[in-house]
Amino acid sequence: MDMILDVQQAGFRYDLKQMIFSEISFSLAEQEVLCILGPNGIGKSTLIRCLANLNPLCAGSIRLHDRDVRSLNHRDVAKIVGYVPQAHEIVFPFPVREFVLMGRAPHLELFSSPGKDDFAKADEAIDLVGIRKIADKPVNEISGGEYQLAMIARALAQEPEVLLLDEPTSHLDFGNQIRVLEIIDRLASNGLSVIMSSHFPDHAFLTSNNVAIMQHGSFMAYGLAEDVVTEENLKQTYGVEVSITYSHDVERQVCVPHKSGQCRCRDPHHPECLGAPVIVANTAK
Amino acid sequence: MTERIMTISSAWISSAVTSVAGATAQLRSTLGKPVVGTVLIYCLLPLLFVVSLFIGRYDVVPMHVIELLAAPVVNLLPEEIAHIYPVWTAAEENVIYQIRLPRVVAAVLVGAGLSMAGAAYQGLFKNPLVSPDILGVASGAGFGAALAILLSWNMAMIQISAFGFGILAVTITYLLSRFYRTTPTLILVLSGIIVAAFFTALISLTKYVADPYEKLPAITFWLMGSLASVRYSDLLMIVPFFLAATVALLLIRWRINLLAVGDDEARALGIDTKRMAQVIILCSTLITASAVCIAGIIGWVGLVVPHLGRMLVGPDYSKLLPACLLLGACYMLIIDDLARMLTSAEIPLGILTAIIGAPFFAYLLSRRSVGWI
Repeated sequence: MDMILDVQQAGFRYDLKQMIFSEISFSLAEQEVLCILGPNGIGKSTLIRCLANLNPLCAGSIRLHDRDVRSLNHRDVAKIVGYVPQAHEIVFPFPVREFVLMGRAPHLELFSSPGKDDFAKADEAIDLVGIRKIADKPVNEISGGEYQLAMIARALAQEPEVLLLDEPTSHLDFGNQIRVLEIIDRLASNGLSVIMSSHFPDHAFLTSNNVAIMQHGSFMAYGLAEDVVTEENLKQTYGVEVSITYSHDVERQVCVPHKSGQCRCRDPHHPECLGAPVIVANTAK
Repeated sequence: MTERIMTISSAWISSAVTSVAGATAQLRSTLGKPVVGTVLIYCLLPLLFVVSLFIGRYDVVPMHVIELLAAPVVNLLPEEIAHIYPVWTAAEENVIYQIRLPRVVAAVLVGAGLSMAGAAYQGLFKNPLVSPDILGVASGAGFGAALAILLSWNMAMIQISAFGFGILAVTITYLLSRFYRTTPTLILVLSGIIVAAFFTALISLTKYVADPYEKLPAITFWLMGSLASVRYSDLLMIVPFFLAATVALLLIRWRINLLAVGDDEARALGIDTKRMAQVIILCSTLITASAVCIAGIIGWVGLVVPHLGRMLVGPDYSKLLPACLLLGACYMLIIDDLARMLTSAEIPLGILTAIIGAPFFAYLLSRRSVGWI
């Protein structure tokens, strides 16, 4: 199969002292969704920034359609790779439509402004993520979920082949998390390849084909979600006990953390939880 | 402790930044649709331009002003079709063409230039509280002029010295920022503060050693800003810089939007942010140094006018930059008219821009409850 993105032995460090990550190799096929899991501060965002060509690698190579990114300029990369950073504050009150329109930049000549076609493509992207209602609102007055969708729409206006999302669900409420994941899922089935980082192992089962777990500056595990997101791997990565079971209600694997300490549910149907709290077996630490 | 102060002050700045931007958005919606604003801006400038020629100490019959202005154009036509015969006095012609016209043109250039430079910097630094002298150009130019006055150089040399030191100050700021490898825009602002402080100290030193009866007042008045002595030769000197920088900024104006949103995102969208920053800094510096060298230090215009512009046409730089150009010109014309009219002696421009600009800015801040008060 033709690989859009191919990463070989990638390594990066900010200063001479310590590698953030090294020896990372993987490739991404068309329509593939790769989810990167890993604890805070392990370098997931840095890896995604390197893939977006924002940080140059110190070792190894990234190839887009079999061409080394170092031989491409920023604009050429931006036509293939769309980057959705973590949400940050925007000072100036750009309306959502103008914000999304900025995604057209790699397709415009240096001195030109966006034209009719570009506006049409921006509107298309707005419809694709379903934020038409707020298209005229300033970006600094919309909710976190809407802002995340606006950033995805901007990346879509770029018409990329690969979408890189840096923790697209952080800071979002439960409903918005699922909505964003559903949109990512839909985009992937429309032909887009996606790499996203996440803090929730469950998200891996929800949307991805492949999962990588980042630990100690490299991929500790990489492969199909069912093979990688295991009780053992998660215990090793996050230091907490989880159960991974098949749920017949939702027809997929689910990942549920164990509870440490006492049960507080006080459900009358659970006699063991009534009144005096009970120590649950299989407690972590 | 220092770190703590830094954190507090950065939180303070960011909340101030948000409230100003928010207030601007609010005001914009109350002022109505962008189209109305645009039409208003375009009509205002020609009107103010002509009206400004009427105003001054020497009384010129208003009709004579219009005839004087129209004559060179109309008289190009064959005499049978139309011709304006001089009914004005030689003194009137002299006042309009030799004194008021260059002055009014200078006000237009300075106001338009400073406002555009300010707007471009606010986008580059992602901060609505930034003005064109953030990188130290005004302090540098001020020192250049003060030094030239101290050394009894002639007027042309004062201007050249001001221009040169203004450029030098920004060059030092830029090179200084290259030493550090952290957030480029933040370190640029900090380097600007360092360089501005240094040149401000040099200005004080020049004043301290200057002869208190002759040179000290000259330096002080120069630093307060005035357009009273602008002649065509001054205009000729700065117009090439102004035009080149203005055209360059207007050409890249849509892309300033991307910088205003975020450096990383702009780069991920294929923008060469470093090159963009260099172009914006170069253009803004040329504009500001030219403005300062003919008009002295005029603050607040480059800070306030971009906000007025955002109220009228929104934050999109493809509309904002032309709006700032026109609004800035109008604002400066009004200020200069007031400087001429209010009292029998001229009021320095730097004083008026602040007296009008500061309360206006306070009003902007008051539009939204500010977190840190």
